[in-house]
Amino acid sequence: MTTLDEKSIYGPVTSWKTDFDHADPSYNENAHEIWNELRGTCPVAHTERYGGTWLPVTHELVHEIAYDTEHFSSRGVVVATVKPSDLPDAIPAPIGGAPPITSDPPFHQDARRIMLPAFSPKTIEQWEPEIRKLCRELIADMKKADVVDAAVQFAQHIPVNVIARMLGFPPEDGEIFRGFVHDVLESINLAPGQRAEAFMALDAYVAKQVQDHIDNPRDDLTNFLLNAKIYDQPLSLQHVGGSIILLLIAGIDTTWSAIGSSLWHLATNPVDRRRLVDNPALMPTAIEEFLRAYAPVTMARVVKDDYNFHGNEMKQNDWVLLPFPAANRDPEEFENADQVLIDREVNRHAAFGLGIHRCLGSNLARLELRVAVEEFIAAFPDFELAPDEVVKWSVGQIRGPRELPVRINARTL
Amino acid sequence: MQVKVDQSKCQGHNRCYAIAPELFDVDDLGNAFEIGDGVVSPQLVEKARLAVANCPEYAISIVED
Repeated sequence: MTTLDEKSIYGPVTSWKTDFDHADPSYNENAHEIWNELRGTCPVAHTERYGGTWLPVTHELVHEIAYDTEHFSSRGVVVATVKPSDLPDAIPAPIGGAPPITSDPPFHQDARRIMLPAFSPKTIEQWEPEIRKLCRELIADMKKADVVDAAVQFAQHIPVNVIARMLGFPPEDGEIFRGFVHDVLESINLAPGQRAEAFMALDAYVAKQVQDHIDNPRDDLTNFLLNAKIYDQPLSLQHVGGSIILLLIAGIDTTWSAIGSSLWHLATNPVDRRRLVDNPALMPTAIEEFLRAYAPVTMARVVKDDYNFHGNEMKQNDWVLLPFPAANRDPEEFENADQVLIDREVNRHAAFGLGIHRCLGSNLARLELRVAVEEFIAAFPDFELAPDEVVKWSVGQIRGPRELPVRINARTL
Repeated sequence: MQVKVDQSKCQGHNRCYAIAPELFDVDDLGNAFEIGDGVVSPQLVEKARLAVANCPEYAISIVED
């Protein structure tokens, strides 16, 4: 794991409207209240931090930007102290450093098509027995305890193990992956030099794994990418490495967060927990509601050229956050938007994004989330938040509990 | 009643396929399409309406008889 001396370069937030910072721990802790307040007063917040960043919070505006690839580029998707325009040797648009998530049309679609079959619902369904087995092993390890950390001991291991197996990377490197994910997604307000150091370590690790797959080919996603072609040419090693970084970074924190938030809801809402224990057929509907209400992922875009967006003077290379979780809580789009209704029938949630960048791994994420929740409540039907312990939330664009202490066994009366 | 997926709007969220696999299928890329001519039998009317109501991209429409 990389060892950065993590020191934020920004001070405390003075106003969520004009000086917000998504790396301030209080942002994710109070996200729903902050978005609700902004939605009622100024639907597009702004901060000078990170070189200028915008935050629209209504479904309509988030939807508009997600669809507008003419004015907004995906070449940077993690708002941080380093901008894509600061990196002279980065792969420029329309490809970007981690295709296809960092790619723009028309290249985007061609890069995405290569990977879609590996993540189609029918391909992903085949992973269910393995995911279930993994969940049961993790649960078996926890059973003797009274209090466990459902985020650290359970949720985080599921996506790490699955993506390692898909890519053919050493499963014992899970801790290394989590370090990279932390560096990329949570250590966003470090001095640019420190941040670049973390990216170099990630690039070097991936390059080593790719070389091992070139030397010892096997049947996994890494060799699939090495064999794939675009415009009749093999993908460049830079493209292969970038796509692997995408899978590694995008697949881990996100799903871990979705599992953790869903378990947090069930730990704090015994009626819903009991309902799902008694009526497992409700699970798929409940999972979509957890995805709506606790959507973990805020994406980002880069403003291509100066642009007046509904009266907001956006400058070239400004960041724009796309808070799909805020869109999912917009009362203009959802009835009783602030209530978590596990039998919600009408639910066009945008947890996996909207438009051409819809989450490539959504079918896998949904499967991991459903199986994880099913197995957890089957094993611990009476789990609840551990008294006197604190739930710790992530910082940055991926929102979910990083520490979730729960008492798993029913109190003996 | 018939269901119809607008291919230009579908982004492969696969919500319709999860809700009503009797009415929708997906191709290798995960894009959804209605099965056959999209005709909805009476016992699947509710599922058809749910599929419409859960498409994030508003890509599914119902043509009433």
